[in-house]
Amino acid sequence: MSGAKQIRTQISSIKNTQKITKAMEMVAASKMRKAQDRMNATRPYAIKIKQVINHLAAAHSEYKHPYMHARSEVKRAGFIIISTDRGLCGGLNVNVFKSALRQIKEYQDQGVEIDLSIIGSKGMAFFRRLSGLNVVSHASGLGDNIHMNEIIGPVKVMLDAYSEGSIDRLHLVENEFVNTMTQAPGVSTLLPLPKDEEEVRQHHWDYIYEPDAKEVLDSLLVRYVESIVYRGVVENVACEMAARMIAMKSASDNAGSLIDDLQLAYNKARQASITQELSEIVGGAAAV
Amino acid sequence: MQLDIVSAETEIFSGTVNAVFAPAIVGDVGIYPQHTPLVTRLKPGELKIEVEGEEDRYIYVSGGMLEVQPDVVTVLSDTAIRAEDLDENMALEAKQHAEELLKDKQTEVDSARALAELAEAAAQLRMIEKFRKGKV
Repeated sequence: MSGAKQIRTQISSIKNTQKITKAMEMVAASKMRKAQDRMNATRPYAIKIKQVINHLAAAHSEYKHPYMHARSEVKRAGFIIISTDRGLCGGLNVNVFKSALRQIKEYQDQGVEIDLSIIGSKGMAFFRRLSGLNVVSHASGLGDNIHMNEIIGPVKVMLDAYSEGSIDRLHLVENEFVNTMTQAPGVSTLLPLPKDEEEVRQHHWDYIYEPDAKEVLDSLLVRYVESIVYRGVVENVACEMAARMIAMKSASDNAGSLIDDLQLAYNKARQASITQELSEIVGGAAAV
Repeated sequence: MQLDIVSAETEIFSGTVNAVFAPAIVGDVGIYPQHTPLVTRLKPGELKIEVEGEEDRYIYVSGGMLEVQPDVVTVLSDTAIRAEDLDENMALEAKQHAEELLKDKQTEVDSARALAELAEAAAQLRMIEKFRKGKV
């Protein structure tokens, strides 16, 4: 019976693990819903700020903000890479790192140097080991409910570098929340600001600006970039939770099938020992 | 007129109002319907909203932008305390955080952050005081 006993302890330990993964799955599901709500709450701000910027840019076409002006030569590129703080979320982080590295390699092949700003400790753990990449700023431990002021620092480092001319382009690497099952990693360009495809309507009126148009546009553009990064970070939380939910669900399912297999093995072992005992008794009786 | 107060994190207020008073950077402004188009920066302070048949509402903003069109007023509120040297400090912090992890170095305590937090706390206190006076 020793074999059967061993199997029994194994089953109970797997059952405990299954309980944990199930709990994590449910926690992730509820957190995901909250993160999705937060993600949607960022939309009105982004839309409004874009409208004002478009209007300003159209009304003051003679003033070209450096953020809107594409530089012909790129010597150094900046990346803001958004990752999670915790693991157990499937291939989420690895996929983001892969798409970042692909873009980085393309730049490096052209002799362009790279600056990184990393959000999330998983990203830091990954990129600090790689040589030839310059990590200039980092933020981690943001939690699930992220506030804007935690994003300002790492973004400003990059914006300043762009204004000074030490980087000529700025990219954002993040996960897009397609649906619960799918998170698509992608690289987008933050600076120079991509030209709006939308035809800007010709306005016959203009605002009064206080203090002046230039300053208003400056602070709007900074906030605009920040709001994009903020949305990326919030979206990444939704992605993290979705990925964790799926990972934990498959872990629970795997534990279930493992338990089934072990249960079968246990039953067989028990049956074998009973049969053996019986045949021993019968054999003993026959000998007498 | 329609008033929308939004921040990067959430929508704070949306509705029809009679008038709104805001702490603009060059001085407080009162906006009534048919105001001429205006874009201005806001400093930390309170927004007063007058709604037809309701008590005045006060909303605290820690700076941001005010956009006025004849029938629509939008406040793009900052959620964080903003000041040039404070932003600088946050950037520095993020930089140091990275360096720390790369080299394991100590960070410094910054006074500008404390100062800006103090200014905000004072503004919030003033508003609470106002509320109390009105109620009691």
